[in-house]
Amino acid sequence: MEYEAVIGLEVHVQIKTESKLFSGSRAGYGYEPNELVDPVVMGLPGSLPVMNKAALDGIIKAGLALNCIIPDQCKWDRKNYFYPDSPNNYQITQYDQPICDGGYVEIELEGETRAVMGEHKKIKLTRIHLENDVGKLNHFAEDSLVDYNRAFTPLMEIVSEPEMHSGAEAFAFLTAIRQTMIYCGVSDCDMEKGQMRADANISVRPVGQKELGAKIELKNLNSITGVKNGIEYEIKRQTQELKKGRAITQATWRWDADQGRTELMREKEDAHDYRYFPDPDLMPVLIDDEWRNRIRAELPELPFDKQRRFVEEYGLPYTITSVLVPDQELSAFFESAAKESPKQAQAIGNYVTNDLLRELSEQEVALDDCQITPEHLLSLVNSVEKGVITKQIAKDVFIEMFNTGELADAVIERKGLKPDFDEDQVKVWCQEAIDENPRPVEDFKSGNEKALNALLGQVMKKSRGKANPQTVNPLLRSMIS
Amino acid sequence: MSEALYYKTIGELNGLMDSGEISSVELMQSVVDRTQSVEERVCAFNSFDAEGALAQAAESDKRRAAGETRGPLDGIPVGIKDVLAVKDQPLTCSSKILADFISPYDATCIQNLKQAGAILWGRLNMDEFAMGSSTENSSTKTTSNPWNLDCVPGGSSGGSAAAVAAGEAIVSLGSDTGGSIRQPASHCGIVGLKPTYGRVSRYGLAAFASSLDQVGPMGRNVADVAHLLQAISGHDRRDSTSFKIDVPDFAAAIESFPGKQWTFGLPKEYFENAESAASLKAVEEAIEFYKGLGCAFKEISLPHTEYAVATYYIVATAEASSNLARYDGIRYTRRAESFDGKDSVDIYHQSRAEGFGEEVKRRVILGTYVLSSGYYDAYYLKAQKARTLIRQDFENAFAEVDAILAPTSPNPAFKKGALTEDPLSMYLSDIYTISANLAGIPGMSLPCGYSDGLPVGLQILGKPFHETDLLSIGHTFEAAHEYSREHPDL
Repeated sequence: MEYEAVIGLEVHVQIKTESKLFSGSRAGYGYEPNELVDPVVMGLPGSLPVMNKAALDGIIKAGLALNCIIPDQCKWDRKNYFYPDSPNNYQITQYDQPICDGGYVEIELEGETRAVMGEHKKIKLTRIHLENDVGKLNHFAEDSLVDYNRAFTPLMEIVSEPEMHSGAEAFAFLTAIRQTMIYCGVSDCDMEKGQMRADANISVRPVGQKELGAKIELKNLNSITGVKNGIEYEIKRQTQELKKGRAITQATWRWDADQGRTELMREKEDAHDYRYFPDPDLMPVLIDDEWRNRIRAELPELPFDKQRRFVEEYGLPYTITSVLVPDQELSAFFESAAKESPKQAQAIGNYVTNDLLRELSEQEVALDDCQITPEHLLSLVNSVEKGVITKQIAKDVFIEMFNTGELADAVIERKGLKPDFDEDQVKVWCQEAIDENPRPVEDFKSGNEKALNALLGQVMKKSRGKANPQTVNPLLRSMIS
Repeated sequence: MSEALYYKTIGELNGLMDSGEISSVELMQSVVDRTQSVEERVCAFNSFDAEGALAQAAESDKRRAAGETRGPLDGIPVGIKDVLAVKDQPLTCSSKILADFISPYDATCIQNLKQAGAILWGRLNMDEFAMGSSTENSSTKTTSNPWNLDCVPGGSSGGSAAAVAAGEAIVSLGSDTGGSIRQPASHCGIVGLKPTYGRVSRYGLAAFASSLDQVGPMGRNVADVAHLLQAISGHDRRDSTSFKIDVPDFAAAIESFPGKQWTFGLPKEYFENAESAASLKAVEEAIEFYKGLGCAFKEISLPHTEYAVATYYIVATAEASSNLARYDGIRYTRRAESFDGKDSVDIYHQSRAEGFGEEVKRRVILGTYVLSSGYYDAYYLKAQKARTLIRQDFENAFAEVDAILAPTSPNPAFKKGALTEDPLSMYLSDIYTISANLAGIPGMSLPCGYSDGLPVGLQILGKPFHETDLLSIGHTFEAAHEYSREHPDL
């Protein structure tokens, strides 16, 4: 019997705000333990939550970017449970009136090769709601200590419909959410800093069966790769169990990335009764069109839209868009050069995704801090286009521009890279190459196209690399025939 | 001086201080002396700091000397119920679990009082976490009714009421979730006002039931209460349930009664069940007084009154079960002395078992139950619907009348221990006060006579944000009677 997996994800994303969700205390990462606290964050008697409007702006932006409906009203509920990382022993969340309803995430699956765009799919969302994050427990030999710095950081929970079927789809889903959130400036989604966290609900059923199998909630998926590996492991485990005729019972399991396997955390019987009820300290939030429109106007072009447009407007191949688009800043950098000279967009894209990225990474410089501007790129592609320098030399000119901040023309001038010969001289070199290499000439004549490269190489050598292959190539052809 | 300083009104004290006849330090000293002489019998305070209070008084005197007095409360000792956060002072809520807690911050109403120059005076006893009607649910001590030391002062703001009645404070702050200001004010023969929900910031008020709690003033006369209400009222961005609405001049408003043709409602449901005929008699005499002034009266019905107690004990306990979850022995609350467990669950169990009293436990359990999956709809949701109906009862009534007059409590103060074994009867002693909390409307209790030597209170309920009505109606009665000048024999 064939089996299929059904996967739903619950993705928690911290919203990047100055202060916390219900307190004026600063929000941040990397501070001394319990530095970012106040009476609200510590749950002191008498403290009251006050909503942070910037966090609401953030989640509305996220919701609009993920195609959600933003209802006119949402409200706050308390989720009651005791745990030391929760200062009030309840979490303020949204139970039945979330701020974002429905929506979908466009995902891109891996292509057959890295050069080919994979299939695009839409994964429906159930909802996105806002809640306060909790603190962090640190366990030591004798004690456990709590750090409440993270407590009350605004946290979105993005809940997908059970519509995914593989670790790869879950991976693509998280990647798409991450890119969208970064594009919108809502979150940096750094999983190492806990800014994005995911739990998966996984069930397996015989193909063709309508009802879902017993649901396993998988926790501790600490990286996007962890999500993929954990889910794939769990699908395999459940499928094997079913094939052996054993039933799966609803439970929570955790992924152990070091061991590369999942293990049981708790059975369903231990499930909490959270005793949700409306938080009497907070008023419902009313959202009108003015608010929605203000946020909508702030939305950037989203990654896949940009990808489509780059293909359409600039004719970029997937190899370039797949590198550019995930990086909003790099895309903008590319485009400010490309829109000045759309015909050379692909060349510009190549310099950005190959030469620029290589130098940035080798020299450990951020795009913002490097000396290369769109103007540099334009000066470079223009020099190549006009035949002033060859593509080969352009590579060196780029490095020189990167290091000195000079424009291409200045580099070419200073280093004397401009050809110091005319077309007649090229003809002489070509004739010499033909005369000196009868064998390749014969081969070419008898139909071996590649043989021409040997002659081309000779001409380039004679010109010390300065001859332009695009002029040499047709010249050789005509001279041979 | 015919009357001791500690029994004078804020108006009189301001006159004396402005003219230089007395200083705030002398006033404070008089209150401290009085407290030291009667406190052993009254037991109103969980703690007080005489030195600190005298230092605050000295500051006030300096301001007055420099012509920088901040208003009528400057230099006046205000007793503080031990449920409000005062920076660097204990905040116990009369609970063992908070016995070691010192607040690192000020409640908004406390900040307001500091700004007004008031002297923050002591921490007044209460039922633990404001849960109770007799102050017997305190883990620290049992407060006595100054009018009869064998009787309870009422509750939960029993310490606040007793201190004011006994001259241990000029005025005090209480909090009222189901009658906790009005009922003890009634039992101790003073004035207590529960403002409209949202009038006074709850920031820094240790929450019992968030949708019902309000901080309010208690004093020996209406004008004093108006001054205190003035200082603590107003929108606070730290409390999302506080209302953005103008704060009227309460002290000026107390004189506004004569300008208006009043119509008062008498809810029949509030006159059917009074246990004590004598206590009802005092209320009826007060009604006759207003009739004598030419006020119109209408019998009205608040038909859902019979559901008020049940509704209240579901809503209040549900919220309390969640609000009190933070007292867990992990951070600032006292961890069980017997703690020998290995994990956080043991800390919770042992600290809460040891730290909470019987009544608090009863309500936490009740509240947890009514919110539980499978019971939520039957209890909590239904109670919310009933609450809406009770609110509508008042809306309908206030379409016809300006204010409602009724008894504050079905009986005067009862003997200590009389109801401790019978929680349900204790709950029913709030029967006339809790509807105002459910509806969010303001209510005031005003001394209107005696029953067997114990004070009886007249309750005046008003339209939302019409505290001025309560004050002017009350002041008119008070001015024609001697009750505000009568003090217990201690």
